[in-house]
Amino acid sequence: MQTIEHSSRRGFLKIAAATGGGLILGFNWFESEAATATTTAAAVAAGADFNSYLSISPQGIITILSPNPEVGQGIKTAFPIIVAEELDADWTKVVVEQAPLDTKKFERQVAGGSGSIPHSWERLRKAGATARQMLVGAAAKRWSVPGSECTTEKGFVIHSASNRKLSYGELATEAAQLPVPADVKLKAVKDFKLIGTTVKNVDNAKITTGKPLFGLDFYREGMLFAMLQRPAFGYKLKSLNAEAAKAMPGIVNVVTFDNNVAVVGKSTWQVKKAKDALKIEWEKADALESTTDHNRLFKELLDSSNATVRRKDGDVETAFKNAAKVVRAEYQCPFLSHAPMEPMNFFAHVRPDGVELVGPTQTPELARNETAKLLGITPDKVSVQLTRMGGGFGRRLKADYVVEAVQVSKLVNAPVKLIWTREDDMTGGSYRPAVRYRFEAALDAQGNMIGYKLRGASINAGNATREDNFPAGAVDNLLIDSVDHKSPITTGPWRAPITNFLAFAEQSFIDEVAQAAGKDPVQFRLDLLNKAKQKPVGAIKYDIDRMKGVIDLAVEKSGWGKKKGADGKLVAQGFSVYFSHRSYVAQVGEVVLQKGKPVLQKVYSAADCGVVINQSGAQQQVRGCVVDGIGHAMYGNLTFKDGMTQQKNFNEYRLIRLNEIPEIEVHFVQNEVDPTGLGEPSLPPAGGAVANAIFKATGKRLRSQPFVEQDEFKGVS
Amino acid sequence: MAIFKLQINGRSYQADVEPDTPLLWVLRDNFGLVGTKYGCGIAQCGACTVHLNGEATRACVLPVSAVGKSKVTTIEGLSVAGTHPVQQAWDTMDVPQCGYCQAGQIMTAAALLKRNPKPSQAEIDETMTGNICRCGTYHRIREAVKLASMSSPAGTIKSSKTK
Ligand code: FES
Ligand code: FES
Repeated sequence: MQTIEHSSRRGFLKIAAATGGGLILGFNWFESEAATATTTAAAVAAGADFNSYLSISPQGIITILSPNPEVGQGIKTAFPIIVAEELDADWTKVVVEQAPLDTKKFERQVAGGSGSIPHSWERLRKAGATARQMLVGAAAKRWSVPGSECTTEKGFVIHSASNRKLSYGELATEAAQLPVPADVKLKAVKDFKLIGTTVKNVDNAKITTGKPLFGLDFYREGMLFAMLQRPAFGYKLKSLNAEAAKAMPGIVNVVTFDNNVAVVGKSTWQVKKAKDALKIEWEKADALESTTDHNRLFKELLDSSNATVRRKDGDVETAFKNAAKVVRAEYQCPFLSHAPMEPMNFFAHVRPDGVELVGPTQTPELARNETAKLLGITPDKVSVQLTRMGGGFGRRLKADYVVEAVQVSKLVNAPVKLIWTREDDMTGGSYRPAVRYRFEAALDAQGNMIGYKLRGASINAGNATREDNFPAGAVDNLLIDSVDHKSPITTGPWRAPITNFLAFAEQSFIDEVAQAAGKDPVQFRLDLLNKAKQKPVGAIKYDIDRMKGVIDLAVEKSGWGKKKGADGKLVAQGFSVYFSHRSYVAQVGEVVLQKGKPVLQKVYSAADCGVVINQSGAQQQVRGCVVDGIGHAMYGNLTFKDGMTQQKNFNEYRLIRLNEIPEIEVHFVQNEVDPTGLGEPSLPPAGGAVANAIFKATGKRLRSQPFVEQDEFKGVS
Repeated sequence: MAIFKLQINGRSYQADVEPDTPLLWVLRDNFGLVGTKYGCGIAQCGACTVHLNGEATRACVLPVSAVGKSKVTTIEGLSVAGTHPVQQAWDTMDVPQCGYCQAGQIMTAAALLKRNPKPSQAEIDETMTGNICRCGTYHRIREAVKLASMSSPAGTIKSSKTK
């Protein structure tokens, strides 16, 4: 790379000419004054505070580095779309590359919380717009015309008055000589050409031909394979006899650390077989919990006088005393495995001069920092290469499996790929916590909800409530508290943490209250929202109008309450609406009875996530979330016996399959609001929409997941 | 350990492994054919699906010693340049999310269309139900199989719409 001095007054962009010409933009997110007069080449070498790259070669190929981990949420496609839009690039000439972990260049490299797009929206747009303006400047200079007379389209700068045009590739090197504009104009939403269209996954060609993309596909000459035998929850290692395992073909070593036994060898299968041949004695070190204990425990927690108050409005005691009617119900959800299709794995090579890490992680920075901490070295000695992830669903927000790989590599002094089997994944921990909820609602004589109580009881969930979510703000007297049990069973965020079960419980309960009040479930919710708007109670942390917007859209699209089936009878519909991860989603489920058993036929989903960036990706995220939400509500169940899961693989742990999906109709509210996340928000409402539709069809409330184990489904395969 | 000679994607391969090693791990660890994926190891998810003499087979439970002279086709060998009608349909319908299960889905679909070029939706569902997609791309999988079944023998896909 050739060094060319350039600076922008506000330091937003750094540019340089690449060797052999072309334009490179490194844009940082801080716009700091301090970061101005550094040259790009030097800055890049020094890892200055650039956030991302965009480069245009003389051949017109536009390369965009995607800094965020790709876990199936489509970020590797969505980010470049945003840059390309403002750049007016020809999408067919855009190449996307995964960037490695570099928090100096890239500020936020996390796949979680549906937060990537909200975080980067404006920054990516500015980057594209700045490059575009410089290309226009270069063309204007060449033609000696004012830049204002030039337009851009699909990778060309055009001067229509003189009927001339130049490609971005032709202009890239000259554009690199120009000063970086301090202010650029962003497009109006209505002028978007690429954003909001259907763009396909940028990795499709590689995925459909089986190219190595995933962590498990990473191989390195001389690399060893490792698997761990971990203790069940509450146990520790007592004794190990590894003689037989060590004598097996291909086995290089058996080592122990932190109550784990690691088998290291020359191939996956050899290691797996040797692992099965280990003779290990475990001893009790903590409580050995079983699901039956949890059931007992939950009763105590729900009655506990030691709950933490999360929100308190008005005077619930008086409200319940004066109530014309009180509705009470308890809901429960079991532990779940994340079960991404690609099991946990990571490559680690601990060398004297540093550590090389390669693999699937939603939080590369955490992986790096935990590695550095473990080895007592500085984080800059650890490099992390990101691979595409075969799903994550929150499981890869933890770095436990990365640290394991590091431990083994250090102990055997070799490059190691650590692999979890599916059984390891299901038994080895970090699950969605199990929860119970107790709801109570007080209605006055007119059927208005004057009091609302929610107690969240959980195992390792911390606060199992979202105290400021609807209906908070719409009820004069409200009390939300939570109580948590600390268990040796490890838990962690699972796609749409907390809300993935809370929304089912709450939206089902609201349905129960509406029924008790003799009101239509949608109207009941709208009445509450109107109340929150006119006479808000305490802080309101959701946008009432946007929530009403998705309710209206779902009502319209589903023909709520009016839709008739082929038999001329009203279709059994169930309603649900939820706000999570900054987006609003309303859903209507439809259930029919077949041989007396409920069958979910259709789900309408209406989302407000602001501007939709990629129709194809957005539709996929919504459908995927709904399938995930109903799949786990219907079938997902992980139970324990003495600290060990009773399900160990997909033969015992049921995931939804193709013949079990309903039709799903996806709609988006059209607006110009800055985009918010979409990787999670359509999941929480799904369970409630289904449960409420089942109630409509059968008259039975399903208050316990998985539904398939409830009486209504007995005998249904 | 024993030497096994295998016919994979029209080429000859040789590996010195234990006879009970599943074909899946021979493909991945010995031959670097990593398109075939591991998901469960017990024939439950279909991520490891390959073709054995044209039939969909789960490589995770097939010992290498049982392969014999059978012709193995993996996702890498389904077509030279990713132009098999099923691969094209997968791209056209933009099926993949994380993408991990998709090689197995494609191989399952390709075998289905080989034995039944015009499957009904019920037949598609029955076959594809054997493959798990944790990302929930099932709607598009179904549509893509339909689309591939409509494509001309040359493998060109006429009209399509991404759902
Ligand atoms: S890995 Fe073979 S079926 Fe799951
Ligand atoms: S696309 Fe992720 S598991 Fe199927």
